Amino acid sequence: MEHLANALVQGVMIGGLYSMFAVGLALIFGVMRLVNIAHGDLIVLSAYVALVATQSLGLNPLVSLVVVVPVMALVGYALQRGLFNRTMGADVLPPLLVSFGLSVIIQNALLMSFSADNRRLQAGSIEVASVTLTDAISIGVLPLLQLVLAVLVIFGLQLLLYRTAIGRAFRAVSDDPKVAQLMGLNNKHVFGLAMALSCMIVALAGVLLAIRANFDPATGPTRLIFGFEAVIIGGLTNFWGTLAGGIFLGVVQSVASSFDPGWQILAGHIAFLVVLAVRPNGLFGAAN
Amino acid sequence: MPEAQLLRVNALKTFYGDFQALYGVDIEVSAGQIVAIIGANGAGKSTLLNSIVGLNPAPPSAIRFCGTDIGGEAPYRIVRRGLTIVPEGRRLFTSLSVEENLLIGAEVKRPGEWTLAKIYQLFPILRDFRNRPARLLSGGQQQMVAIGRALMSNPKLLLCDELSLGLAPVVVKEIYLYIKRIVAGGVSAVIVEQDIQQALKIADHVYCMLEGRIALQGPARSLSREAIAAAYFGV
Repeated sequence: MEHLANALVQGVMIGGLYSMFAVGLALIFGVMRLVNIAHGDLIVLSAYVALVATQSLGLNPLVSLVVVVPVMALVGYALQRGLFNRTMGADVLPPLLVSFGLSVIIQNALLMSFSADNRRLQAGSIEVASVTLTDAISIGVLPLLQLVLAVLVIFGLQLLLYRTAIGRAFRAVSDDPKVAQLMGLNNKHVFGLAMALSCMIVALAGVLLAIRANFDPATGPTRLIFGFEAVIIGGLTNFWGTLAGGIFLGVVQSVASSFDPGWQILAGHIAFLVVLAVRPNGLFGAAN
Repeated sequence: MPEAQLLRVNALKTFYGDFQALYGVDIEVSAGQIVAIIGANGAGKSTLLNSIVGLNPAPPSAIRFCGTDIGGEAPYRIVRRGLTIVPEGRRLFTSLSVEENLLIGAEVKRPGEWTLAKIYQLFPILRDFRNRPARLLSGGQQQMVAIGRALMSNPKLLLCDELSLGLAPVVVKEIYLYIKRIVAGGVSAVIVEQDIQQALKIADHVYCMLEGRIALQGPARSLSREAIAAAYFGV
C-alpha cells in the first residue's frame, strides 16, 4: 500500500515538470493558434544554454536561470518576429510546418555544436537532498521544487492573463486578431511577447529537466509529447487544467512503473488515448 | 470659420485578388462633420472603410489624414494617428468583460478627454455591467461598448460601420443620438448606413456608392429623394 502511495507522490512531483512543458505550449496555442512542434527542442536548447552558462561562468544550474531565462525570452521574441509571424494567417498549417522545420534545425545545430553525448547539469547536494515522510515515502527536494515552481508559474500566468494590460491584450488578440489591430494593438508584437513568455517557462523547465535527467540533442520530441498530452488531458480552457493534466500523466506513469518499469511511458500514452476517446475536450475542459 | 480638412480619399482603387471592389473613390471629411456613406449591399462601403483603416493595401497618397499620407499603413499605426473604427457587427472581444473591452481601446494611449469615467458618464448602463462578459449584453448595449471602445483611443475621426445592424429601430435612434452628442464634443464621424432615412437625418454630407464608385454626393439637405433613389439603385 505504501509502495503505491510512494508511486503516487513521486508521480505528482514529476507531473509538475510535465505541466511546465505544457503551459508554454498551451499559452501560444491559446494566443495565436500556433502548434509549436519545436517546443521540446527549445526545452533542450535552454538546457544547453544553461550548460554553457554553468561551464563558462561557473554558476550553479539553478542560479544560471538568471541568464538562461532572459536569453530564451530574447530567442522566443526573435523567433516569433523573424520567423513565425511571416507564416501566421487563417491557415494553421504553415506555422506548424515551419515549427517542424525549426525542430530539425535546432536538433542538428545542437548535434554539430555539442555532439550526441549525454549531458547533465550538476546542481550539487540539492540533487540528492530529500524529506522523509514515512519509512516508505520520501520526497526529493528537487522534485518538490519542480512542483512548487510549476504551481507558482501557473499562478503567475493566471494573474498575468486576467489582471494585467498585456494579459488583456493576449486575450483580445486570441478572441479576434483582426479587430485587435483595429483597436491599436500591434499583433506581431503581442505574438512576440507571448512566444517570449512561453520560452521563459521553457527555460525554467529545461534547466530543471537537465538537473534531473540526462539530455542530448535528440531529447526534445519526447518532452514535446508529454507536454502535448498534459495539455490535451487537462483541456484547453485554463492553466490549472494543464497542471492537473501534467500531474495526471505523471501519476499514471509513476504508478505503472512501480508495477513494471517497462510500462512507464506506454501507460502514460494509453491513459492519454483513453482520455482523448472518453473526454475529447480533456478532463477539465468545457464539455460541448 | 474655414473648415479644416481631416480625411481625404483620393482616387482609391481596391482589389481583392483579381476582383476590383473600388474604382477610384474620392471622399472628403472636414473637422466637425458627420459624413454618411450609403449604398446597397456590395456597393463597396465596407471595403472603403476597411481600406481607410489599413486592412486593405492602398497607395500612400490615396488616403490622407490630417495632412499626412497614410494609405497602406498598418492598422495599429493608423489608430495611433487618431482614426478609429466601430466595426460592423460590433465585434466585441467575447472573453473580455465590458470594462476590459473599453480598456483595449485605450491601449494606444493617445492623450485626450475620453477616459473610462467619461465613457460611463455617456453610457451609465455600462458602469453597472462593467464586470460582465461583453457577450452577455443586449445588442444596443454591445453597440455602446463598441463605440466606447473606439472612443477610448481618443480619435479625431470615428468611422462607424452599420451601427443599426441587428438593432431595434428605437435602439438605433438612441445610438444615433449618442453619435450626435459625441460629434458635438469635437469628434468627427463617417457613418456607413443601409438605413438611408437615418443617415440623411444625421449627416452633413452624403456620399452614395454604387458598384465601387461614388454615384452621387452632396450636402444632406440638398439631395432629393429621386436623385438618391436613382444613385442607390443605379436606374
